[in-house]
Amino acid sequence: MSNLFDLLVAGLATGAIYALVAVGFTLLWQTSQTINFAQGEFVMLPAFLMLAAMHVGAPFWLAIILGILLSMILLGLAFKLLLVDPMMRHGVLPLAIATMALAIGIKEAVKQFFSAEASPFPSIVPTGDISILGHAVSLQSIGVLVVAILAVLGLTTLLNRTSLGHQMQAAAQNPTVARIIGVPVERMILLTFLINAFLVALASLLITPIYLAKFSSGEVLGQAAFIAAIVGGFNQVRGAIAGGLLIGVLDNLAAAYVSTQYRAAVPMIFLIAVILFRPQGLLGRAEERTV
Amino acid sequence: MKSTLLVGALLTAMTATSALAQAIKLADVAELSGGGATVGTNWKNGIDLAIEEINAKGGVLGRKLEVTHADSQSNPGVARAQVQKALDAEPYVLLGPGYSGSVKVTAPLAAEAGIAQIMGGEAAELTQAGNKFLFRTSFGQQSSMPKVAKYIHDEMKAKTVAVVWVNNDFGRGGRDVVVKELDRLGSKVVADLSTEAGQADFAADVGKIKAANPDAVFVYLNEEESARILKELKRQGVTAPLMGETTLIGQKVIELAGDAANGARGHVGLTTDAPVDLIKAFREKFSKKYNYVPDHNGLKGYLAVYMVKATTEKMGKVDPKKFADTLHGLTIKAADEPGILMDVTFSDTGDIDRQSFLVEVVEGKQVVKQVLPKVK
Repeated sequence: MSNLFDLLVAGLATGAIYALVAVGFTLLWQTSQTINFAQGEFVMLPAFLMLAAMHVGAPFWLAIILGILLSMILLGLAFKLLLVDPMMRHGVLPLAIATMALAIGIKEAVKQFFSAEASPFPSIVPTGDISILGHAVSLQSIGVLVVAILAVLGLTTLLNRTSLGHQMQAAAQNPTVARIIGVPVERMILLTFLINAFLVALASLLITPIYLAKFSSGEVLGQAAFIAAIVGGFNQVRGAIAGGLLIGVLDNLAAAYVSTQYRAAVPMIFLIAVILFRPQGLLGRAEERTV
Repeated sequence: MKSTLLVGALLTAMTATSALAQAIKLADVAELSGGGATVGTNWKNGIDLAIEEINAKGGVLGRKLEVTHADSQSNPGVARAQVQKALDAEPYVLLGPGYSGSVKVTAPLAAEAGIAQIMGGEAAELTQAGNKFLFRTSFGQQSSMPKVAKYIHDEMKAKTVAVVWVNNDFGRGGRDVVVKELDRLGSKVVADLSTEAGQADFAADVGKIKAANPDAVFVYLNEEESARILKELKRQGVTAPLMGETTLIGQKVIELAGDAANGARGHVGLTTDAPVDLIKAFREKFSKKYNYVPDHNGLKGYLAVYMVKATTEKMGKVDPKKFADTLHGLTIKAADEPGILMDVTFSDTGDIDRQSFLVEVVEGKQVVKQVLPKVK
C-alpha cells in the first residue's frame, strides 16, 4: 500500500511536468493551429541556456531568470516570427513538418555546442523528506508539484479572470469577430507563444535535475506531453492538465505493475482507446475552440 | 656537385615517403555520441594520449603509430558498419568498441579478417565464443561478478538483495552471473528488476526496491542511468547499502549524481584513484591534456595502445597475423613497460588477470577501501 502511495506521488510529480508541457501544446493549437513537434526540445533547451549562463559566472538564481528570458525570446518570439508566421500561410501540415525539422536542429545544435554527454543540473528544491499521512515524501516531488500547480493556477486565473485572458479567449474562438470588436488578435497570439515558452522553461527547470541535461532528453518528454494533450482533450487547457497527470501516474503504475519493458506501451494503448471511443479527449469538446 | 645535390634531394624525399608508409595504422571504433558518449570519449582520449607519448619517444620499433577514430553512435548496427569500413583499410589492430553489444556483433568481422581486436566490453559471453582475436582491457563479468557477490555476502552481510540491471548484453550478462553466485552463497534475491537503456524515470523501479526492503541493492546500469537511479534512491529515502561495479561509482556518475553517489560501493578493475604511482601519473597527464578527470574507460583506451606496443616489441616485428598468438598467455610487467600501469596476464581466451579494487564514494571522491590481488 505504501508502495502505491509512493508511486502515486512520483507519478503526479512527473505528470505535473507533462501537464505544463501539454498545456503549451494546446495553447499554440488553440490560437494559431500550430502543432509543435519540437515541444520536447523546447523543454530540453532552457536547461542548457541556464547552464551556459552559470558557465559564464552567473549565480543559479540569475541563470534561472536569464534562462527563462532567453527562452521567451528564442522559443516564443523568434519561433513565432521566423518559423510559424512564414510557414503558416502554407497550411498546418507544412508547419508541423517544419517544427519536426526544428526539433532535429535544436538537438544537433545542443550536441554540437555542449557535447553529447549528460550534464548535472542543480535542483531548486532541497533534497530531503517530509512525512505526509505517515509516508515519507521527498521534498523534490512536492516542490515540483507545488510549482507546477501554481503555474497552472496562475494561467487559468489569467485566462478566466482578467480582461487580457478574455481577449485571448476571444482571439482563439473567433479571430474575425474579435478583430471587429477591437481585440489586438496578433498580439494575443504572440502572448500565447510567450506563455508557452515560459511554461517549457519552467518544466525544464523542474525536470532536468531528475532526467539530467542531455541533448536527447526532449524526445521522451515531447511524446509524453503530446499523448497527454490528446488524451485530455487537445482543445482544453484543463484537459491537457488532466491528461498530463493521468499519463504521469499511468506510466509509473505500468512500470511497477505491468513491466518496465512495456511501460512505454501502456500510455500508447490508452491513447488508442481514447482516440477510438472519445476522439475529442477525456475533457475536450468536439469542434470547439477555447483557451 | 649538381648531381650530388639532386641525389641527396631524391634520397631525402624517398626516406620521407618510406617513413610515412611505415607508420603503424590502428583503427578505433567507439561510442563518440549517443548513450555511450562518456564511455567512447574517454576511451578515445586515452588512446590519443598513449599514441602521443609513444610517438614522442620514437614510436614502436622505430615506427610511428597512427589512429583513425570512427563513431558507432552507441548503436551496434552502426558499429558493425564502421568496423567493416575500418577493416577494409587493413589496420594493424582494431581498437574498440566499448559497449558489449557492439563488440558482440563486430567481433566475428575482425576474426574473419584475422585482425586482433582490443575492446572495452565486459559482458561474460564475449570471450566464451572461441574467438581467437578478441582481447579485453578490463575484467570480464565472469571474473568480477563472483568477487562482487562474495563482497555482498561476506562483508555487507546481506541476506536479501535487490538486483537492478539494464536490459542489454552487458546488463544481462552481469545479472546472470551475480544472481547465480548470490544464490550459491546463500543470499536471497528478493527483487530482480530489469530497466531499459536510456531510461529517464526510475521512480517505479525504486518504489519496487523500497517495497522489497532488501539488506543490500546491487545496481548494474550504464553511467547515466546509474546517476539517475542514485538520485531517485536518495529521493525516495532508500537506506540499504548500494553495491555495483565500475559503472556505479565512475567519475562521470559522481559528477552527475552529486551527493546521491555518496556511500555507493563498487568493485573496480581499473580506477584512476588506485593507490598505484603509474596510475596517478596517468591521471595527472590526462587531466592536464583534456581538462577533466578520466574514468576507467580513459585507462582502458590508454592500456589498449600499450598492449599493442608491448606485444609488438615482444614479437620484434610488426606482424598482424602473429599478433593475437603472441598476446595469448603473455604477461606484461609494469616494470618493463610502464605504460601498462599494472602487471597483467592474458589468458588463451583473451581475458585478463590483474589486481583490482574495492571502492567507496566518500564525499564525492572514489576512495579505495581494499586492494584485491591478482588471481594467479
